[in-house]
Amino acid sequence: MPLETAEYLLALPEIWVLGMACLILVLDLFIRDDSRILTYLMVQATLVVAALITLAVQVPEPVLAFGNTFISDGMATVLKLFIYLVTGMGFLYARPYLQDRGLFKGEFYVLGLFAMLGMMIMVSASHFLTIYLGLELLSLCLYAMVAFNRDSGTCSEAAMKYFVLGALASGMLLYGISMLYGATGSLEIAAVASAIAAEEGSSIVLIFALCFIVVGLAFKLGAVPFHMWVPDVYHGAPTPVTLFIGSAPKIAAFAIVMRVLVDGLGGLVADWQGMLVILAVLSLAVGNVIAIAQTNLKRMLAYSTISHVGFLLLGILAGTPDGYAAAMFYIITYALMAVGAFGMIILLSRAGFEADELEDFRGLNARNPWFAFMMLILMFSMAGVPPTVGFYAKLSVLQAVIQVDMVWLALVAVFFSVIGAFYYIRLVKIMYFDSPTDEAALQSNPGLRAVLSVNGLAVLGLGVFCCCISS
Amino acid sequence: MIALSDYLIIGAILFAISVAGIFLNRKNIIILLMAIELMLLAVNMNFVAFSYFLDDIAGQVFVFFILTVAAAEAAIGLAILVVLFRNRQTINVEDLNSLKG
Repeated sequence: MPLETAEYLLALPEIWVLGMACLILVLDLFIRDDSRILTYLMVQATLVVAALITLAVQVPEPVLAFGNTFISDGMATVLKLFIYLVTGMGFLYARPYLQDRGLFKGEFYVLGLFAMLGMMIMVSASHFLTIYLGLELLSLCLYAMVAFNRDSGTCSEAAMKYFVLGALASGMLLYGISMLYGATGSLEIAAVASAIAAEEGSSIVLIFALCFIVVGLAFKLGAVPFHMWVPDVYHGAPTPVTLFIGSAPKIAAFAIVMRVLVDGLGGLVADWQGMLVILAVLSLAVGNVIAIAQTNLKRMLAYSTISHVGFLLLGILAGTPDGYAAAMFYIITYALMAVGAFGMIILLSRAGFEADELEDFRGLNARNPWFAFMMLILMFSMAGVPPTVGFYAKLSVLQAVIQVDMVWLALVAVFFSVIGAFYYIRLVKIMYFDSPTDEAALQSNPGLRAVLSVNGLAVLGLGVFCCCISS
Repeated sequence: MIALSDYLIIGAILFAISVAGIFLNRKNIIILLMAIELMLLAVNMNFVAFSYFLDDIAGQVFVFFILTVAAAEAAIGLAILVVLFRNRQTINVEDLNSLKG
């Protein structure tokens, strides 16, 4: 089957990012350390052009390409645009942190670009081979990024834990895919879906395959009881890497859950719904309750991520188009909030001081009222306080769950969100009502301050916008 | 004639050994890396067996990609191991306990 030019056009964003990542990798060798900013600017320009290309080649109807391994559709376009946005913000927040610590190297940005390429492939995958390759490209880059500060013991320990558990998750997912291949005779997601639809009832082999696939995906998402890597990796990794892991890859993980469970195994919805209910309830409970006990902010945000994954799963397990749309809205909102929250940690940190303990935010209002207010918006949004966008994300997920008559599940989610609100609001109390122990002025570059302000205001502004259109 | 189920049982046994190796091993990280490789090989066994009995080439193509990715994964895993050893002077699994809470 000859490949058409039109097929290459569909994959042009991926081809562009791959080409630029390879080019920057080579050019970076010839750039001296004091003009490393050139690498950074090239990376940001790559993201902007990739966004323009994605907009230019979008298609109104889903189109398959490259022997049905690649799909271009509306979901892929929207998720890719948000992946560029979140990755670009992550790179921008990372720069002052890396510069202060002598880590401002081209490798960080090249690994980041390759990781983003992996995410783009995952988002556009319509074949289990492309899903696997995208996932591995993302994971391998993230393992290396976690170990980026190679003189730090905690970084390398976090990287080792992430590597072992990530590889275990890939193995589980692959074993599930191999069983699915045996049961349906195909690796294309559309062909798998039609083979399952043709079969009367679900066979034991299919359920067996489904279990392994759900376990593999739950590991990658960080849902309880497969969450043990999340706190250690978030805590141990350098803050810009934590920011990166906590934001854009979650969007890509949502995309593969949609592609595999909904597009591929949609015929087994009755079977995976029950599994996701267990994962969601456990994630909400464990994430919110254990976060209360944390004194390290990065660790607290890791448990907060776990509880947000619980909410994401609620939207998916509803099994309706409304539920999927709510889950997609939720994950994009979450990525924006996570970028902002970790960006605040970077803003407060300086060389030799990480600012990742709750105590380090003590009396922030007295030191810098504006950024204390930004952190307040982000924390309220994560807790789900109106009129921030986090509230509307939670509301739409809960509505989707109630529509399919699972009111008890919505009540459980609300109950644990109320428990979860405690630790977000405790941080607000620390910022506003405690006296500062550290009087040093915030020293950071104007770009970081400007984008962080826009980030915080966007969380508030989008919420007000949702409020206006819903009333 | 060896039946499909025989290959699948071998694959399942190898997979179970590798998962047990990851969870039970409390001594050496290199053994963890070996268990991970074994896990991928167990999956390859499944794919090749299914590919042969379904008379479909896609499974064997998948195996080539898994082998390639496994090599890259081993390279990254060993690189992280070297960094870890330089920082901690140990590769004992039980000593990886500075992050908790």
